[in-house]
Amino acid sequence: MLQLSFNKMHHRRTSHSRTLAEMHEGEEAILDQLDLPDDMSRRLMEMGFLPGHVIAAGRCAPGGCPQVFRVDGSEVALRKETAKHVKIRHSK
Amino acid sequence: MSGNGHCSPSSSAAPRAGQHRTVALVGPPNAGKSTLFNALTGLRQKVANFPGVTVEHHSGLSRLPNGVEVELVDLPGVYSLDPRTEDERVTRDTLLGEVAGIRKPDAILLILDSTNLGRHLMLAAPVLATGTPTIVVLNMADDLASRGGSVDTEKLASQLGAPVVLISAAKGEGVDTVRNFLAGQFAVPRPVELPVLQDVPRCRQWSAKIGTQAQYRPPAPPLWTRRLDGLFLHSVAGPLVFLALVVMVFQAMFSGAEPLMNGVEGMIAASGAWLAKHLPDVWWRDLLVEGVWGGVGSVIVFLPQILLLFLFIGLLEDSGYLARAALIADRTMAKVGLQGKSFIPLLSAYACAVPAIMATRTIENKRDRIATILIAPFMTCSARLPVYTLIIAAFLPEKPLLGPLLGTRAAAMLGLYLLGFLAAVVTARALKSSILKSDRTPFLLEMPPYRWPTLRGIGLRLYDRAIAFLKRAGTVILTVAVLLWVLAHLPLKDGKAPPIENSLAGTVGRTVEPLIEPLGFNWKIGIGLITSLAAREVIVGTLGTIYGIEGDAANEDSVGLQKALQKDLDLGGAIALLIFFAFAMQCMSTLAVVRRETGGWKWPILQFSYMSFLAYVGAAIANRLV
Repeated sequence: MLQLSFNKMHHRRTSHSRTLAEMHEGEEAILDQLDLPDDMSRRLMEMGFLPGHVIAAGRCAPGGCPQVFRVDGSEVALRKETAKHVKIRHSK
Repeated sequence: MSGNGHCSPSSSAAPRAGQHRTVALVGPPNAGKSTLFNALTGLRQKVANFPGVTVEHHSGLSRLPNGVEVELVDLPGVYSLDPRTEDERVTRDTLLGEVAGIRKPDAILLILDSTNLGRHLMLAAPVLATGTPTIVVLNMADDLASRGGSVDTEKLASQLGAPVVLISAAKGEGVDTVRNFLAGQFAVPRPVELPVLQDVPRCRQWSAKIGTQAQYRPPAPPLWTRRLDGLFLHSVAGPLVFLALVVMVFQAMFSGAEPLMNGVEGMIAASGAWLAKHLPDVWWRDLLVEGVWGGVGSVIVFLPQILLLFLFIGLLEDSGYLARAALIADRTMAKVGLQGKSFIPLLSAYACAVPAIMATRTIENKRDRIATILIAPFMTCSARLPVYTLIIAAFLPEKPLLGPLLGTRAAAMLGLYLLGFLAAVVTARALKSSILKSDRTPFLLEMPPYRWPTLRGIGLRLYDRAIAFLKRAGTVILTVAVLLWVLAHLPLKDGKAPPIENSLAGTVGRTVEPLIEPLGFNWKIGIGLITSLAAREVIVGTLGTIYGIEGDAANEDSVGLQKALQKDLDLGGAIALLIFFAFAMQCMSTLAVVRRETGGWKWPILQFSYMSFLAYVGAAIANRLV
């Protein structure tokens, strides 16, 4: 048990870049970085996906994709393939 | 922004003689722009295309308290004025006066959602930077207040250097204040500061700062939206509700519309009979009764059904549910290479392909949009219904299949709906894996909070659709009906009309007969196929006219028509005709709107050829097999 949770922690430390795609419903995090083509990341930023903002994962369509995210007062649905390019870090 | 910022010298913009002041409405999607536009203009609006591009804009006149009228132009919803999508380019160019044929607006009405001011204020930066007099309208005031948010409009106005009005467009609160501002003097905005427009994070910091200065308190999260999403986006209940809604819409359209349609049909028949009785016995009486009344009337019958479908689509869209439906449908749509946003246009295509094709504008990816446009006419639109109904009733005896639940006729109808749907899916797959191949498109869809649809909003939509439909009936269908009647009566022989097979129409029909013989059709059906190139439902009126002139079935009612048809078609031919109508692109309005939306003849020609080929081959195979 201890070993397991240690491994988990360790895993998080080394590859500290989790992405939106790994968030589960109800989880909150801080947006870190958008690894997307310029056009796409600008569009996302205009819709509220700005680094430093708190983001919460919401409901998904059946099958888990696309998923709704709450950020900066809006709710926006993204497919997994886009969400996996948006990095997050833990909120305190 | 290319900064020709402060070049508008007139701050009080005296309108040139004989011209209205022009005011552009700008705002992000879901800010309630159209609601305010409707509240200001009412029914006095028109739709037009921007020259050279495929983006449409509404414009309308609004009467101000001082008696002067002002022209309002509703621009597409945009998140920024960065010209990346067509919508953004058009909005930006219009605001800067760079669109030929559209005057640079004298003022801008910037509409923002007051419940999401932090993010929406970002659009104020590029708008104010144009230097055009701007009135900032904060919409959804009722929502803001009920969820415990607030903002000091005076402080916001002094930060932005422009007047600020807090309104609730859906309830009509504050709309008069907006009118008062439009009647007053326009002044160039003098914001305290503006951010670097290209830098999105800086723009957001700027809007946050302005928000703080204006003591903006964001409202609590929309509780009801969360609760409803708990149901509508639930992993099990969500898809069930979705399916139930789709089934309900169809059910209502077919069974609910029937009494209304019977009513309209009765009225048209009664008035036609009255006309025939009271008009003097001259040659144009027949033209009026047989040609015009019969031809146009047979189409107007479908108005209730079409309005009912638009009522449902309007309710789903205005309430915010349609965005959730797009989310649920995304995965399925992705399997054929499309995306959830294609779902809405394809659903509307069951009513009519024309508004459906216009609704594809929300799809940003151009290739996805074209693919959606190309498959939309395969969806069984309401114009196919009269044709299906007539042929099925004439050739298929009604027998119960699944007890009282499903009869043979309903099953045949359902089968034809499925056939169209399958053709659309197969075509979409083929297109998306060949000429319209693209990377899987990023799917970005904002989920607006749920709202009550307003009577006014829905009413305006239905009015719009009814007018468009009646216009079509009054132009395209009327022309075809009159033309057919005349051609069926010429050339005159001893001052009398010839037997119909020797008339001009009959000659045309017999000329194409060899071509359609493999499908099991004779020259009369041939005439119907030609006239139905204008619009599918015209074939019903055409056959009615032909049989009416022939005198075989003296009356044009549907039973007489069915009996007459049974003499001209065998079962194979009837099924071939159904399949032909399921696939063929017989609609001038659709072709015209495809040309307009795709900006050229290439796609409509391709679409027409492909669908005609499919229709011909499908009908030939069906006729051979049966």
